Amino acid sequence: MPVSFTVNGVPATLDLPPDMPLLWALRDGLNLTGTKYGCGVAACGACTVHVDGQAVRSCQTMLGDVAGAAVTTIEGLGSPAVLHAVQEAWMAGQVAQCGYCQSGQIMQAAALLSTVPNPSDAEIDAAMSGNLCRCGTYPRIRAAVHDAARRLQEV
Amino acid sequence: MARMMKIARRGFLFGSVALLGGVAFGWWRYATPYGNPLAAGLAEGQATLTPYVVIDAQGVTIIAPRAEMGQGIHTTLAALVAEEMDLDLSQVRVIHGPASSAYYNAAVLAEGVPFAPTDTGWMAQTLRAAMDVPAKFLGFQITGGSSSIPDGFEKMRLAGAAARAALVQAAAVRLGVAPEALRTEGGAVIAADGTRLAYTDLATDAAGIDLPEEPPLKPRSEWRLLGKTQMRVDMAAKVTGAAQFAVDLRLPGMRFATVRSNPRLGGPMMGYDDSAAKGMPGVERIIPLPDGVAVVATNTWAALQAAEAIVFDWGPAPYPADSAAIADVLRASFTEDRRDSRNRDEGDVDAVLTAADWQADYTVPYLAHATMEPMSSAALLKDGRLTVWSGNQLPTQIVTEAEALTGLPPEAITVETLLMGGGFGRRAEMDIIRQTITLAKAMEGTPVLVTWSREEDMTHDGYRPAAMARIRGKVEAGVITAFDMATCSSSVMESQVGRLGYSAPGPDGTIVQGSWEQPYRFAHHRVTGYRAPPMVPVGSWRSVGASQNAFFHETAIDELAHAAGIDPLEFRLAQIDHAPSRKVIEAVAEMSGWGNPVPNRARGLAFCMSFGVPVAEVIEVENTAQGLRMTHVWAACDLGIALDPGNIEAQLQGAIVYGLSAAIRGEITFADGMAQQTNFWDYEPLRLSQCPPITTRILENLPQIRGIGEPGTPPAAPALGNAIFALTGQRLRDLPFGRAVSFA
Repeated sequence: MPVSFTVNGVPATLDLPPDMPLLWALRDGLNLTGTKYGCGVAACGACTVHVDGQAVRSCQTMLGDVAGAAVTTIEGLGSPAVLHAVQEAWMAGQVAQCGYCQSGQIMQAAALLSTVPNPSDAEIDAAMSGNLCRCGTYPRIRAAVHDAARRLQEV
Repeated sequence: MARMMKIARRGFLFGSVALLGGVAFGWWRYATPYGNPLAAGLAEGQATLTPYVVIDAQGVTIIAPRAEMGQGIHTTLAALVAEEMDLDLSQVRVIHGPASSAYYNAAVLAEGVPFAPTDTGWMAQTLRAAMDVPAKFLGFQITGGSSSIPDGFEKMRLAGAAARAALVQAAAVRLGVAPEALRTEGGAVIAADGTRLAYTDLATDAAGIDLPEEPPLKPRSEWRLLGKTQMRVDMAAKVTGAAQFAVDLRLPGMRFATVRSNPRLGGPMMGYDDSAAKGMPGVERIIPLPDGVAVVATNTWAALQAAEAIVFDWGPAPYPADSAAIADVLRASFTEDRRDSRNRDEGDVDAVLTAADWQADYTVPYLAHATMEPMSSAALLKDGRLTVWSGNQLPTQIVTEAEALTGLPPEAITVETLLMGGGFGRRAEMDIIRQTITLAKAMEGTPVLVTWSREEDMTHDGYRPAAMARIRGKVEAGVITAFDMATCSSSVMESQVGRLGYSAPGPDGTIVQGSWEQPYRFAHHRVTGYRAPPMVPVGSWRSVGASQNAFFHETAIDELAHAAGIDPLEFRLAQIDHAPSRKVIEAVAEMSGWGNPVPNRARGLAFCMSFGVPVAEVIEVENTAQGLRMTHVWAACDLGIALDPGNIEAQLQGAIVYGLSAAIRGEITFADGMAQQTNFWDYEPLRLSQCPPITTRILENLPQIRGIGEPGTPPAAPALGNAIFALTGQRLRDLPFGRAVSFA
């Protein structure tokens, strides 16, 4: 039976198996390829999206579980014209190298800042340590999360 | 119209070709055996231009023919062109361009000569210059060896300067003024009266301009972009999810595939049972490959699930089946008949050293590259043409592979290079390329995207070799008087180049990279490389041989410093005879406050010159209830000329994190012929919570420009090990350290 939910504010109905991970439903079903496959076992965070505002690993979230839910992916967080504060901070801090993990990093950071507006280093460590980066952008990620917090508070 | 008036003394001539509605600038080389990547769009006789700048009504496009795998090379190569053209980076589009031998890389081979980078003597320089010739003949368009900047520093600027000269001349003709009366700014030629002629408007005129034999380059004092941090040209796409990696390619009618091949690498497939996989929803075809099986489905998840459901009968591995047996082979390879090189042999270590002198053995394990994007590529064979979409460090080799697999002529083969989700040397391999082309043949008319599972990726690599070293030394009057290092591994070159179907004759410089050429001066000094037999497939892993040899060498130097009772930093400064190298050590000493210890913390230092770049790193560790914690890293490097300080900082930090990931937990072990680690939970890189602040400094004392993709990696592990010794008194001679101590 098709699964209906909203993605980035737009209603979507997918006739795919309900036990398919949301990751593949987004990537192959909806061509929303900003959400990345890294490990398939929730060990890297590259597939992080928001479901009803919560950061989840889409490789471990089944399509059937998001029926009726609001899913936000990196494509829906901001737009090139109007970036989300986290994306602005990532630009200003020149965070990305290869960029493959950064969709997940940004979605994780955005979720953190929605509940902890001014996180400490320890809170950033706790929230962001599930997201791997092989290029080693961690120092800039930490700085950019602080910067994004400042930007959000200025709004 | 191409301008090929005479052969320039440099062997190449700046030129342009008219394109439909525009112009391409680059250079025409004398007697080049390579075709022109734009030849398909050119008339007879115009086929020899290597384009780097294309201008048409849409704007300025810069062809940056090196793989963008995160190192920021597109931004810096574009900045070299944009600098000379007085453009801002926001005004240009940067593309990988076509796969072409015309974009060969000379600098990467120049590093292969058996002379230390500090050796600027006649013989060393002559041989380096001679390496330009085989590079051309090989025609490898390769990204690696931290060579893109040394290779591109002059040619990209010259291309930009040639383009600017033609545009100014075209404007001068149109306005009826002397070119000297014109200036360029923001993508336009500007006259004294303020008249602005946009480059885009001048493009077709510029194609008819005679170009100077060698356009003058801006002096450094006039640089606007170079030497300053630039905003990366790929950053906006990478923070909005728009950046396209091979795994993101979506084409009409495309099918999604995955592959499983023998995890006993190089072993045969005896058979398989796909009865459970065949009927699974979404599965369309199951296609046998030479040593595995591809599953083609309507989505990647279906392909992955079905591939899991296939039962395989894998043949045995063509190498010792487990890590203990592999270590035995390494240990037994320190023999005369396996001696590969002895690039340094000063004094007489055998006469000076006795069995009573200090000696130690060191080991490092195999390492996977583990790029964040698992191997992926796509291909379409249709109407006698093959297109391959891939993120690859060696795109010209894809054409060669495709010719062999399809029988098509090279002009019928197109390689589209996409962004790479990490490379680190892994994407110079052709394994998934061959699989993808084979599938495209079986699926003629249908585009197919192959995505490896993380497990397939982790267990099918050209690994950093396991390696071993035996070092003897003697300290007298506070200095090392004798140092005898023997280092042993399988040959990366033999293995990696062999997989491409070529041979790599002669000694393999990577076996000893990061050891013999270090700028230390000892009275009796010998470094010998031993080539273990080929075992597990090995390949280039960020910094290649320096990744293991710096650990061996710099741990030993530290041990000898402590044996001498001398501060390890002073000890090194006293015995390094290369001024830029001493300066990076002095820089980290100052940055870290070396000599002013913090309670419950200690610092370790390591130095390595790799790819001609001296790098010193100090790491501080702290004892906590949860285990050892790194509290700070300070790093200094010397690149001769620092083109983009912000990006250099990022590369240095990233290379250090890559090295620390390996130092703490990185290890691929083998059992029953198979890698035992399969995913990030058992091959776990450093996580953000473990990453200390990393402070960097860039010096410019080297006589020539160098690249920074790799040189930050080698000192990381020995600096950490030396810090652990300083803190705990425990000397760790085997990587990863996590086997012996726990980390918070």
